Amino acid sequence: MMNLSPQSKDALKTEEYWINMGPQHPSTHGVLRLVMRLDGETVLEVVPHLGYIHRSMERMCEWDVYPQLVHLTDRMDYLSAMMTNWAYVQVVEKAMGLVVPERAEYIRVMVAELNRLSSHAMWFGAYCMDLGAASAFFYGFREREIVVDLFETLCGQRLTYHYVRIGGVSKDLTEDFVPRVLDICETFKRAVDEYEALVTGNVIFQQRTKGIGVLSAEKAISYGCGGPVLRGSGVNFDLRKNDPYSVYGRFEFDVPVGKNGDCFDRYQVRLEEMRQSVRILEQAVKQIPGGPSMADVKAIRPPKGEYYARLETARGDMGVYFVSQGGTKPYRMKFRSACFSNLSCLPEISAGWKLADVVSILGSLDVVIPDIDR
Amino acid sequence: MPAPPQPFVLSAFVVQLLLHPGAALSGTVGPALKGLLAGVGVGDTGYNALVALLCFVVMSGFVTVTALVLTLAERKVAAYFQNRKGPNRVGPWGLLQPIADVVKLLQKEDIVPRAADRPIFLLAPFIGMIATYMVLAVIPFDQGLSVTDLDLGVLYITAVSGLGVLSILMAGWSSANKYSLLGGLRSAAQIVSYELSPALVVLSVVLFSGTLSVQAIVEKQSAQWNLWHMGPMGVLGMLIYLTAGTAEINRAPFDLPEAESELTAGYHTEYSGMRFSMFQLAEFMNMFIIAALTVTLFLGGWQPLGPLRALGVPGYLWFFGKTTLVMFVIMWFRWTFPRVRVDQLMKLEWKILLPLSFINLVLVALWAAAGVGK
Repeated sequence: MMNLSPQSKDALKTEEYWINMGPQHPSTHGVLRLVMRLDGETVLEVVPHLGYIHRSMERMCEWDVYPQLVHLTDRMDYLSAMMTNWAYVQVVEKAMGLVVPERAEYIRVMVAELNRLSSHAMWFGAYCMDLGAASAFFYGFREREIVVDLFETLCGQRLTYHYVRIGGVSKDLTEDFVPRVLDICETFKRAVDEYEALVTGNVIFQQRTKGIGVLSAEKAISYGCGGPVLRGSGVNFDLRKNDPYSVYGRFEFDVPVGKNGDCFDRYQVRLEEMRQSVRILEQAVKQIPGGPSMADVKAIRPPKGEYYARLETARGDMGVYFVSQGGTKPYRMKFRSACFSNLSCLPEISAGWKLADVVSILGSLDVVIPDIDR
Repeated sequence: MPAPPQPFVLSAFVVQLLLHPGAALSGTVGPALKGLLAGVGVGDTGYNALVALLCFVVMSGFVTVTALVLTLAERKVAAYFQNRKGPNRVGPWGLLQPIADVVKLLQKEDIVPRAADRPIFLLAPFIGMIATYMVLAVIPFDQGLSVTDLDLGVLYITAVSGLGVLSILMAGWSSANKYSLLGGLRSAAQIVSYELSPALVVLSVVLFSGTLSVQAIVEKQSAQWNLWHMGPMGVLGMLIYLTAGTAEINRAPFDLPEAESELTAGYHTEYSGMRFSMFQLAEFMNMFIIAALTVTLFLGGWQPLGPLRALGVPGYLWFFGKTTLVMFVIMWFRWTFPRVRVDQLMKLEWKILLPLSFINLVLVALWAAAGVGK
């Protein structure tokens, strides 16, 4: 390096600058806004801003009677709407002490796992797209499509299902459901192997994900992260195993756990979760009993009190809390989802990386913005 | 011997034009035109001006048609990589899609941001086109068929191909948009770095062929193409040239200046209508140029492959066939790889490609000095 005189050093002075990523940006997946302080390409600070898709859902819950609230939950985490439906329905049933028919529980498990498959398949595509591999996007969508088609036959909707209802599910399974599920299982087994072959081993992909955005186990816990983000950091915690709800206790499956907590581990955890979902589906298809798919529900008036229940969505721990005064409408309703917690660790794990890495890290956290804003 | 009847002369000329367009143009059309002009009292200067004008018109037509065909080809190739069909609504097999695109772009409003540096903003797309046209001037399409055959053709290409970066830098700077600026910055660093190893590879070919004229380099490959004539160095050289060339024209996996998932559209974010399409046009033509130069330097240009010479297929068909093949490979890169990060990109050039091309150059020099392959 040549010797610079004080003046020329001054002339070469560089400046930090702020850049606004979002709310309209291809890789903020919806309407997240990230305000970033950059030094050249290096990110010094990330500040996520929320509120661009706030719809006052918790307030709206206070106006409507309990059965009318299910469809609102469709519009929170719209990529795993079956599970958000269920999360809400579950707490109301718990409050009323309602016993759900066993067949309905199995149906719920099956649609939830199918939904997890479609959500992760879509995530795979979107994440690769974030990294610049445009073709992978269509491979993820190819598999998601068959699951969504199945849901369309089941309940008439492709995204906002409104299928899981208080006391059971809205309709019993169609006749072709079981063969189609088995078909989906076979397809996904093949597809995940294909994803691995196409993307996992790619040198550029590994360079862009390994060691990037490392989230330690302690931090993941202290931020309250959930789902694959938490497990990618090496914490073995899955509500389906650790606090089995519904009939999850009857299935054999593993909880994939990462080691380093980097983007690559979160990626691998999700791919492995898809394989485990297939395992659960195959067992559920064999075990599913006959009988009604809906309990005999008369009036939905949870007794006075406070209630909380949670379950594992594709993005992690989702809890619903509500206060009832004994009427037909909740007094207060509060949703808690892992997306907010997962996003909140972004500033810490992306500082010091390059601009392109922030896109990679944000993608690996798999946040759904309407689930954060509600 | 009596002069053959008129129709016979004409059909013989057409046959010659189809089989050896270079010889037909310089041997028949040129002198005829010159004689015609001399008849009306126009000298050599007028003749040269007319030829230059004709060349410009022909090349403009060529650029337009090639770019149109390439946009469709790119979209079709991308589609089939992605389990889609691609454009198939306008005309048979979507063949008229590019024309519909052009019509659409012509109708678009030409927006100039209020904060933009107006003259530079308006000028930038033209600079890119000029650089592209200038390189096209020496591409040898067939024996004797190029706009001009400079003695220093290779040096000329190396010099003018760097002009394209000016256009990107100007566009990035003048848009008054931080994303555009980042795109421009990335591009400047990238193109300047990736000029080096292609130049060294070209130098090795020059060393081996003993000439700087592009036509002469092709002439020398009549018996054997440089790809294997130069031994293992030919293969290595071509790989380096193709990789660095892909980076030089900003195509995936090195498309950082316009990385959609990071910079929305990079340097051309603020451009619309025809100005935007000029960037696209220049980009597609640059892909053609890199493919054409790869073919010229390593794959024998318009020379047929060894024994296949007996088939009598015209040289320009060989040239376009080989160029199409190389362009397909470049598209293949784009639709299968994730994007590299900016520092990884620089590392690839300065730590891997540049040393390799130096070694390659030395080896070729030794190879040529030893007289192997002569």
